[in-house]
Amino acid sequence: MSLFPRLVVLLLPLTLFLLLTCSLSLAFQSDELLLDDEEFGIEGGHSHPNPRASTDSPPSTTTTGTASRKRFSESSSSDSKIQFSFQHAFGDSDFSEAGNFSARIKTWSHGAQTLTKLRFSRNPLSEVEQKKFQNLLQEDDFYRIRLPSNVLTPPGRDYVVSSVKARCLSGDGLEEHFVIHTEGANILAVNYGALGACPYPRQLKPPTRWSFKSHTILKNTELAPRTPIFAEDVLSGEEGEGEVVQPIERSFWSKYWMYVIPLGLIVMNAITQAMNMPEEQAGGQAGAQAQQQPGSAVQRGANSGVRRR
Amino acid sequence: MAIRVFSILLLFLSFTNLTFSLYEDQVGLMDWHQQYIGKVKHAVFHTQKTGRKRVLVSTEENVVASLDLRRGEIFWRHVLGTNDVVDGLDIALGKYVISLSSDGSILRAWNLPDGQMVWESSLQGSMASKSILNIPKNLKADKDDLILVFGKGCLHAVSSIDGEVLWRHDFVGESIEVSHIFHSHDVIYVAGFVGSSEFYVYGLNAKNGELLENNHAALPYGTFGELLSVSADMLVVLDDTRSNLVTINLNNGEISYNQKHISDLIKDASGQAVILPSRLPGIFALKINSHVLIIKVTNEGELEVVDKINNAAVVSDAISISEGQHAFAFVHHGGNKIHLSVKDANDWNGDLLKESIVIDHQRGNIDKIFINNYVRTDRSHGFRALMVMEDHSLVLVQQGEIVWSREDGLASVVDVTTSELPVEKEGVSVAKVEQNLFEWLKGHFLKLKGTLMIASPEDVVAILAMRLRSSEKSKMTRDHNGFRKLLIVLTRAGKVFALHTGDGRIIWSILLPNLRKSESCEHPVGLNIYQWQVPHHHALDENPFVLVVGRCGPSLAAPAVFSFIDAYTGVEAKSLSLSHTVAQVIPLPYTDSTEQRLHLIIDFNQHAYLYPRTPEAIDILKREFSNVYWYSVEADNGVIRGHALKSNCKAVDEYCFDLRDLWSIVFPSESEKIIATVTRKSNEVVHTQAKVMTDYDVMYKYISKNLLFVANAAPKARGEIGTATPEEAWLVIYIIDTVTGRILHRMTHHGCQGPVHAVFSENWVVYHYFNLRAHRYEMSVVEVYDQSRAENKDVWKFVLGKHNLTSPFSSYSRPEVITKSQSYFFTHSVKAIEVTSTAKGITSKQVLIGTIGDQVLALDKRFLDPRRTLNPSQAEKEEGIIPLTDSLPIISQSYITHSLKVEGLRGIVTVPARLESTSLVFAYGVDLFFTQIAPSRTYDSLTEDFSYALLLLTIVALIVAIFATWVLSERKDLQEKWR
Repeated sequence: MSLFPRLVVLLLPLTLFLLLTCSLSLAFQSDELLLDDEEFGIEGGHSHPNPRASTDSPPSTTTTGTASRKRFSESSSSDSKIQFSFQHAFGDSDFSEAGNFSARIKTWSHGAQTLTKLRFSRNPLSEVEQKKFQNLLQEDDFYRIRLPSNVLTPPGRDYVVSSVKARCLSGDGLEEHFVIHTEGANILAVNYGALGACPYPRQLKPPTRWSFKSHTILKNTELAPRTPIFAEDVLSGEEGEGEVVQPIERSFWSKYWMYVIPLGLIVMNAITQAMNMPEEQAGGQAGAQAQQQPGSAVQRGANSGVRRR
Repeated sequence: MAIRVFSILLLFLSFTNLTFSLYEDQVGLMDWHQQYIGKVKHAVFHTQKTGRKRVLVSTEENVVASLDLRRGEIFWRHVLGTNDVVDGLDIALGKYVISLSSDGSILRAWNLPDGQMVWESSLQGSMASKSILNIPKNLKADKDDLILVFGKGCLHAVSSIDGEVLWRHDFVGESIEVSHIFHSHDVIYVAGFVGSSEFYVYGLNAKNGELLENNHAALPYGTFGELLSVSADMLVVLDDTRSNLVTINLNNGEISYNQKHISDLIKDASGQAVILPSRLPGIFALKINSHVLIIKVTNEGELEVVDKINNAAVVSDAISISEGQHAFAFVHHGGNKIHLSVKDANDWNGDLLKESIVIDHQRGNIDKIFINNYVRTDRSHGFRALMVMEDHSLVLVQQGEIVWSREDGLASVVDVTTSELPVEKEGVSVAKVEQNLFEWLKGHFLKLKGTLMIASPEDVVAILAMRLRSSEKSKMTRDHNGFRKLLIVLTRAGKVFALHTGDGRIIWSILLPNLRKSESCEHPVGLNIYQWQVPHHHALDENPFVLVVGRCGPSLAAPAVFSFIDAYTGVEAKSLSLSHTVAQVIPLPYTDSTEQRLHLIIDFNQHAYLYPRTPEAIDILKREFSNVYWYSVEADNGVIRGHALKSNCKAVDEYCFDLRDLWSIVFPSESEKIIATVTRKSNEVVHTQAKVMTDYDVMYKYISKNLLFVANAAPKARGEIGTATPEEAWLVIYIIDTVTGRILHRMTHHGCQGPVHAVFSENWVVYHYFNLRAHRYEMSVVEVYDQSRAENKDVWKFVLGKHNLTSPFSSYSRPEVITKSQSYFFTHSVKAIEVTSTAKGITSKQVLIGTIGDQVLALDKRFLDPRRTLNPSQAEKEEGIIPLTDSLPIISQSYITHSLKVEGLRGIVTVPARLESTSLVFAYGVDLFFTQIAPSRTYDSLTEDFSYALLLLTIVALIVAIFATWVLSERKDLQEKWR
């Protein structure tokens, strides 16, 4: 596992370099041929796809068309355009065409496919549909949409359906938000809803414009974080040992500074006192005794006073 | 090296203060453990003159056990694996218990007195077939006593001394369904059918398995059911019309057969006949139209009806009581008693024994009977009978009395719910139940001695005994702390038990009439048990009810049955046989005026039915009509769908509703298969929405009741661990909102596979799976946080009211969630996983893990915190973040089952007590175990063994001391003044 990405990292600049140099000399032929080859790959691709592998090589693919992937497409994959239809239904009515999605499907050299560059074109709502939508708003009913579960062989096994209360959509305009979860050429699920919040007592608010403002996001799976492995580090050699020792030493100092510093102060104090002592003994002894005398006298006096009482 | 040891020690010390552990003398104070064996399949008595009398049993829970014949206690017991079904049990050499299991492929010998395994041999074979264990008397091959085993299409002769396979003969080529093995002298005969009418007999040499002879006869008609041997050379079988009896006579391998019409034997012979599988010499029992005919077979193969028993009767196998004399027993119900007769097989007219026994009718009919004889004081023959009842309990009957009984139905718990106990009423006060004052004082004095460590050993014993039988914990009333409850369990036999959480005793039990086998309902199964009615307002004068949902057969298309049971008395208030099926039961969060909870039953044909069927319930549902959502998982298909109610289905009645599909998630079948789905518990309480981080930042938990955790595995990696390579295995986990079908989180674990066990609580999910690359089990945690509320950090926002915390939460709003996750290695494989639940959700949580060793491990949730880092800062340490380790620690003190094992562990149930710190845990499998745990210790109450006497004594001593010193100081003052 760990070897594979490392190899890719090593090989990638190499292949890129090679390709660049190649394209400098014979740019025409290579481009054409590659595309042809890969298109064959698409048709045969879904018979033995290994969609998992796709997540191995590209960096995390959470949103559409990242810049990093363009670089890959030139070296190891090709893409072709694809279209799939988008259908909607009002309440419990049957589904009808409402627009279509166009996307590019990238086929990697190892047969895996990914959807990118999703574009959505929605048909404007007809008069009848507008009326139906009005009805939904009145009844607080569901506006339902569906997409094929496989974009290459629509509808795939089944349609993926999503629905939202129509009142959530209508605000200032009709603003909708799609999150399409893909897995290779498959669409697992589509999450459809309003862009913002839609708190429960849903207000009846007719839309001001009858045109949808659509936002779409393509989502792929995330990779789970690796389980940390420490045991091997410790066993691997002296480095591990050093790491273990160091924190303990540091903690010793950080722990005992509060004892060490007072101790140092006391020692310092003692030293200064010891240095001062001879001077005081020489000069100020008489004065000190004279000062002490009245204090003791007062004390004695007070004591005797109590006893006498 | 020394430093490493030191650091490990430090680490260990740092953990010890996290764990909740138990002292030796606290065992049994709050926990109880009950051992069961399950429904008995085979029983073999061992009643030699010397030694303890015992009965060896094997059960449907794959248990091989030795029971004390005097008291019914377990001498020893072995729980074989779930796939290791016991096929046969017998005693060999008078000292070994031989068990055949796993479709006749594993033969084991257990030492009779102590249950140690003596030998085990695995028998090879290629074809699945019936398995037969036959231990012939006096059949030797080279001084070895033989054990004959037929399994997987092969006949094996195994030495009973060391389990060595002496010879084997393969019948795979012959495709024979062997149903009978017998021997005469040194020839072993194997008889059976090929197809349904070709009868074959093979004779084998007992010494070496060599094929000596081979005979076959083609019957001119097909046969039905099992072949039964009546004597060594006589076999009986029914023909395929089930109206004729065929006797097959084998005379030294020669086959002759004879056919007789049942109507020639008895007049009204209409109906389906079945031969009962009791082995009786020269006799067999035929069941027809709920009568049982006892038919004698003469030496010439003539049949003769000797008796006809009208009620459903059960016949035992015959035992030999003396030379040439065989006895067998049959029992039948009559009135409210059961009648047991023991007869001599050769002399039908006389009864060796005739007894009538009163048995609790909640035990149902008799399923099986095994008899054993003994010599009475007057030297006549006495008999004892071991009966397996319809509710799977085991009863030993001797001298017309029940000597002991075991409730072994409790070994197969299907579902559990709890019920509160009755509220304490005026009449019964605590003081009356408590002993008198002197006893009370004595008890506390003893306790005090114990605390001051001046107690003598006898005192210690007395203290222990006193604590164990404290009447407080087993009272039948509700307590202030909510420790005392009723556990209501549904067993596979269709019996419902109520167990007291204090000591585990059975308060009541009921065998549900509509979960019993009947004409209309052939194979009823109990599915689930729900709280139907929980009175709060009228708790004093109304009893709670539970709802038991069952089905008339294993298929989803079978009609449903309901039972409503009073949780205090165990009386069935109402039972319904429904016309529709049940695929899903949804308890709705609404109750009607009598506090009956509304339930939606989703049937097989996509209809929803509302219960209770009252107009009021309809009104309540109408009000919340658009707010009812649910989901269904089609695991085989890889589809999850969301549903809502649509409209009344006019065709049936007003309580029936049509559904509509709102959303669907279609997992690609070539890369994912659903293997586990988990939701939050519907009654879980979350105390706080926010989590304060160490940097005084606030994270808001994404708390929604409608979250579903789904784990999908690669299709190739669905099997056992080791069948898939890491490259072709992956695990994808999803967190899905079940109202809108929104995928909140989706994550792939590469090189990992199931089985997945998961638990969902608050905003986190913990799941357990196998990592193929690391060759270890792992546990992962995913926590979901709400970002849309993350802005609410500023105090000024709260002051000015500009926060959105009080805005209603809706699934239709676009969620902005972030997730944090982390994985850790975990040593054990897991059978069940659960989380503690407390009344208010304040107490920190522990994850309860049922390990492969059938124990329950309590692991602090703090170990499964995604925020653990390698070197936590001082602030993080103060918050209680544990330094990151790669694996989760298993600390032996944190096993809540301490030294006990819950054999065959299948599930763990947690119930909150009323005391916030404490959670009640019930683990079930073949055994039952119950305990209370306090994940953060009992911070809100004094411990059970808190010595009030010591406290009083201390106070008194302090007061005395105050007075004494006061007097002394006064006196001293006076003296001072006089000076």
